[in-house]
Amino acid sequence: MSYYKEEDLSRFAEISKHRPDLFEKFMAWYQACQEDGALSRREKALIGLAVAHALQCPYCIDAYAQSCLESGSNMEQMTEAIHMASALRGGAALIHGLQAHNSVDKVSM
Amino acid sequence: MARDLPIIETKQAPLIPFAGRVDFDEKLAAHNMSLRAAAIETLQVNVGKLCNQACKHCHVDASPTRTEIMTREVAKQVIAAVHRFSIPTLDITGGAPELNPSFRFLVTEARAAGAHVMVRHNLTVMFEPEQADLPEFFRTHEVEVISSLPYFLERETDAQRGRGVFEKSIEALRRLNRVGYGMKESGLILNLVYNPVGAFLPPAQSSIEADFKRELSNRYGIAFNNLYTITNIPIKRFLDYLRRSGNEERYMHKLIEAFNPQTIEGLMCRTLLSVDWQGRLFDCDFNQMIELGVSRELPQSIADFDPALFAGRRISTGAHCFGCTAGAGSSCGGAVAAIS
Repeated sequence: MSYYKEEDLSRFAEISKHRPDLFEKFMAWYQACQEDGALSRREKALIGLAVAHALQCPYCIDAYAQSCLESGSNMEQMTEAIHMASALRGGAALIHGLQAHNSVDKVSM
Repeated sequence: MARDLPIIETKQAPLIPFAGRVDFDEKLAAHNMSLRAAAIETLQVNVGKLCNQACKHCHVDASPTRTEIMTREVAKQVIAAVHRFSIPTLDITGGAPELNPSFRFLVTEARAAGAHVMVRHNLTVMFEPEQADLPEFFRTHEVEVISSLPYFLERETDAQRGRGVFEKSIEALRRLNRVGYGMKESGLILNLVYNPVGAFLPPAQSSIEADFKRELSNRYGIAFNNLYTITNIPIKRFLDYLRRSGNEERYMHKLIEAFNPQTIEGLMCRTLLSVDWQGRLFDCDFNQMIELGVSRELPQSIADFDPALFAGRRISTGAHCFGCTAGAGSSCGGAVAAIS
């Protein structure tokens, strides 16, 4: 059994139960972020999809895969966004290799 | 209420889990609205279910094996109505309407009667026997051509409309362009239709239209006038797909959640009357396919049609109507409102 359930995505608003004021503020901010601005809804949805993969949040991946489709993106574009997220994660891990090098250098002759 | 309307038996199981929970008319009533027609501007004639394609989202269940097509006798009744009541627009659909032997009769006679004629042309029918001259025929009669192209890429288009359809569609669009369709100042209108390739809502019409214009021009040198985004309606073959793929509940939930009262005024059923291959009357092509007729007190056949009786009529509705009212809305002319 998985801890994650697809239907929980539509239950997100239940998080408001104990502090509705905070959830309301969050939703106003969250929704304002999605609107067309200097970036289009489509660009924002692709950013969302990339971040969702970097965070490895299954709810976010599901939600933003749908948002990308419904803002007109195709699988090539979505896959490029996922590769961007993955490349950054990979690069971020790899550059920490310098920390290892530094650590080793510090104690080496 | 929907339960009072003349629902005629259909082979396909209705949208039971949702129709029982959220009634379309009750949703309208909650917004102090009801769905009534204005004056009829368009007679949309579905000349039959015969088609050279069998698209996965088709609300008509059209295919090459279907045999239900309009006879010349019914076509003459349609033309008589266009003449008698000076119907501004005749919108011809199918199936592939060009495969009906009365198709060119309908176009020619409706134009002679002074009507604007729109044809829902699937592009690939141009490559069927005796159809190669369709671009010239359309041009001669100044037909407005409306053609489905669900995406500007082959993978998505073929996934919905069948293998090889994209390639043929591109060639057909080039032929239409060559005779002037979609070209600036030609006066020959070529509009495209975007349908989502799956169980999701269409993007903003203006945004995806810009993509189509750029990509079709850059990749294939193709021009067109407008792109209409049309939502997939959960009936017939698309409903079968939703059920097979386990998407029915999620899709209906999405449509109902996205209900936008601002779409109501522009819905096509308010200014259009739909005629089936037998001459029967419906409020829209979708109602026609699920055999949900016009209100019982109205004439049921094109032979008895009188627009004065239909203006202001109450539209027959069902759970599938949430498809036309979701997000920016959907009609035969695309989106009808801003996305809320």
